[in-house]
Amino acid sequence: MSWETVIGLETHVQLSTKTKLFSRASTAFGESPNTNVNLIDCGLPGVLPSVNKEAFYKAIRFGMAVDAQINQTSIFDRKNYFYPDLPKGYQITQMDLPIVLGGSIEIAIDNSIKTINITRAHLEEDAGKSIHDQFDGYSAIDLNRAGTPLLEIVSEPEISNAKEAVAYMKAMHQLVTYLDVSDGNMAQGSLRCDANVSIRKKGDSELGTRTEIKNINSFKFIEKAINYEIKRQIKILENGKKVVQETRLYDSVKDETRPMRSKEFANDYRYFPEPDLLPVVISNQEMQDIKDNFPELPKDKEARYEKDFKLSSYDSKILASSKSMADFFEDAAKKTKNFSLLSNWMIGEISAFLNKEAIEINESQLIPSNIAMLINRIDDQTISGKIGKSIFEEMCSTGDSPDQIIESQGLRQLSDDGEIEKLIDAVIEDHSKQVAAYLDGKEKLFGFFVGQVMKLTEGKANPETVNKILKEKLKK
Amino acid sequence: MSIQFKSIVELRAMLDKKSISTPELTQESLRLAKKYKELNCFVSMNEEMGPKKASAIELDKKTTSLISGVPLAQKDLFCTEGLRTTCSSKILENFIPPYTATAVKKLEDAGSITIGKTNMDEFAMGSSNETSYFGNVHNPWKKGYVPGGSSGGSAAAVAAGIVPAATGTDTGGSIRQPAAHCGITGLKPTYGRISRWGMIAFASSLDQAGPLARTAEDCAILLNEMAGHDLKDTTSLDFTVPDYLEDLDKPINQLKIGIIKEFNLNELDSEVQSRFQDSKDLYEKLGAEFVEVSLPNISASVPTYYSIAPAECSSNLSRFDGVRFGHRADNTEDLNDLYIKSRSEGFGDEVKRRILIGTYALSAGYYDAYYKKAQQVRRLIKNDFDNVFETVDLLMTPTSPNTAFAFGTKGTQNPVELYLEDLFTISSNLAGLPAISIPHGQINSLPVGLQLIGNFLREDKLLNAAHVFQENSDFHLAQPTMEDFL
Repeated sequence: MSWETVIGLETHVQLSTKTKLFSRASTAFGESPNTNVNLIDCGLPGVLPSVNKEAFYKAIRFGMAVDAQINQTSIFDRKNYFYPDLPKGYQITQMDLPIVLGGSIEIAIDNSIKTINITRAHLEEDAGKSIHDQFDGYSAIDLNRAGTPLLEIVSEPEISNAKEAVAYMKAMHQLVTYLDVSDGNMAQGSLRCDANVSIRKKGDSELGTRTEIKNINSFKFIEKAINYEIKRQIKILENGKKVVQETRLYDSVKDETRPMRSKEFANDYRYFPEPDLLPVVISNQEMQDIKDNFPELPKDKEARYEKDFKLSSYDSKILASSKSMADFFEDAAKKTKNFSLLSNWMIGEISAFLNKEAIEINESQLIPSNIAMLINRIDDQTISGKIGKSIFEEMCSTGDSPDQIIESQGLRQLSDDGEIEKLIDAVIEDHSKQVAAYLDGKEKLFGFFVGQVMKLTEGKANPETVNKILKEKLKK
Repeated sequence: MSIQFKSIVELRAMLDKKSISTPELTQESLRLAKKYKELNCFVSMNEEMGPKKASAIELDKKTTSLISGVPLAQKDLFCTEGLRTTCSSKILENFIPPYTATAVKKLEDAGSITIGKTNMDEFAMGSSNETSYFGNVHNPWKKGYVPGGSSGGSAAAVAAGIVPAATGTDTGGSIRQPAAHCGITGLKPTYGRISRWGMIAFASSLDQAGPLARTAEDCAILLNEMAGHDLKDTTSLDFTVPDYLEDLDKPINQLKIGIIKEFNLNELDSEVQSRFQDSKDLYEKLGAEFVEVSLPNISASVPTYYSIAPAECSSNLSRFDGVRFGHRADNTEDLNDLYIKSRSEGFGDEVKRRILIGTYALSAGYYDAYYKKAQQVRRLIKNDFDNVFETVDLLMTPTSPNTAFAFGTKGTQNPVELYLEDLFTISSNLAGLPAISIPHGQINSLPVGLQLIGNFLREDKLLNAAHVFQENSDFHLAQPTMEDFL
């Protein structure tokens, strides 16, 4: 039997506003528990929410970027359920009239492009965190995250496999970071998704029973969790059994999904319009302001790189693929003239290093001005490209500037003709046999002599100068 | 000099003439509260901070407002920083808020002294003050009789002359009905005229704060201070606050008053009818014109209200879960047990009843039939009012179908019996309109209230009509003897 997978993703994007969706408390990550909390966030009796328009502007920017309909009047609803990290006993969200409706996003699969339609995107507040393992016999609540604005983006069930799901999330990551809608930090939960997965016989028009895998927060886990779930469901169906509609959690240690206990009995969320908030109206002027200040998207950037920096379209595409890489490149490009060397380094050494460490460039020790300095030192022949690589390694681990490393380790390139000539003379004198062989036609030995000079200078001799003088000397 | 039964205007004159100092006035008010402790109209007294503030006000000559130095009582659902706020519920028995409600803060910033927090129906759910965790409040006019509710403690404290005025809140009649039963004046302003920040919510789309006082003039003085837009409450109205004292004395000979056909007043108690007729006669004598108007959907007010208010309450009261503040049950087995026990122990029967009704009205499969339908009917009722206010200035009804009743005689078997107490008051909450209750006589030595309903933001017209009535009558001057409470 041939099976077909249908996947829809609900992506939760934490918006990078300074303050919360309904209070003026900070949204900073990693503060001591319950410090970014005010009266509203802990749901004290008598408090009322007031809307942070910045969250709306970011949501609208996203909506415009995916070519969606923007509801200039949108309303909030209450989703009622009890949980200790949900202080009010309800979450304020958007049910009937979300800010963003429709739209689509393109994802890259191998060498083709697939369009995934977006159903809707709505604003809601995040809950706090329950901590179960730090106080013996008690659960603790940290409300720092409570009230942080989230944009929940719901895709149509048009994703066909785990690879496409990852591509979708990567496209989403690129978009929200480019739009400055979110920092996109998946490890900190700024971008996470719930995956609705179902299986049907190939050719069937009706959808199979779906399960929802909650809260997946890395590209790797998205792929693994979905693949596990696909196999699990196919196995059930092939055994003639039925998939149970349920919410599941992905356990990355065991690499499996399993049912979430708390959802065994269905919740009735009793949605109703939030009476503490009036409908939020976005004026035409506000819409125009958002359009006028729209950030540059990857495609525009690529074109600009080709034109302004004379880079190849291939290189431009790679540099523009990540907002943090592109920002880094542009900052560094302000301090060097050799754009193509900078681009080669970004795509080569620097990307290789980041991949190895599995970090984003803004999480590394590297800063644009230091990379520009490194490029300039290679460009002005203070150091060779090869020495540049070892300096780069040093920079990655210490964060020191190239000049500091060059000075402290004496790595300055030897380019003085007279000095190099002396060394070459010594090499020729010490290796008369090889010189004879070379002059006899064994021209491959040229490299041997270069190597000897490099050995004497610990690699600091300018290779071009060495080549030039050596050739002259060996003619005689 | 006695300050009992004095209005704000009278106390202002005493303070200005220095026949009493602010600290003396505060002490006197606290003394009266103690003297009539048996009324049970206070849940907490502000014995430490109140007198301190009074001394500070006495020294501060800058405060020039009419209520500077005047003692007031606050309904115990307004959060008051450092002063226990219980909503007359066990679940908040020990709750001390870290902040003050905007309405109270504005009154205190104008120099008034909060002397205590008044008893009420638990979470403002009730019409007789009998659902309070802290016990019944007596009607100052008759021991063993209810003061009305939910702002029963505030109404009783004013009627007993302990304070000249008090704050209340009105979700379905909770200012006007107790004002009527206690023989004082109570104003429910337009929804959003006064900020709800710091007012512990019962039904967010209906709740409105307002003053209870001895006269319409005093209500105008308090509304001047309490009204206005608040950035912390986005549902508060962003309209300029007029000076409500300015047009109080304006002649009312142009006034057109509507009598609502659908209320079938001729089916009421004959004494209630005759008080109503007398007041109508007085208004006619003063030049007002009466017309009969029709609000075809108004009879659906009570069921509409009892779908919407409990629905909102069921959600608003979810935060009382024993996790962060308020009562938490001991010896609980797990999270669900914590919720169930804390809430079962913390809430009284009427609150539980409304949470259950509201949860039902919002649940999947019933939402459309109850909550959504009720919101649609609410819109129709609002439209009815909009229509009649194209032809009349005010509407006039009795405030309540009855006078105060004895403890335990109403609603104990069938809660709906008590819900009908709000028949005349509920529709103005549904429509968000201002309304006032003024005393207009007595039946068997118990006060009867007259209600005037105004158009959106026309508190000025209400206060004008009420004030002119009081200038030409003396019902509002009647005082209970209080001898049973000594």
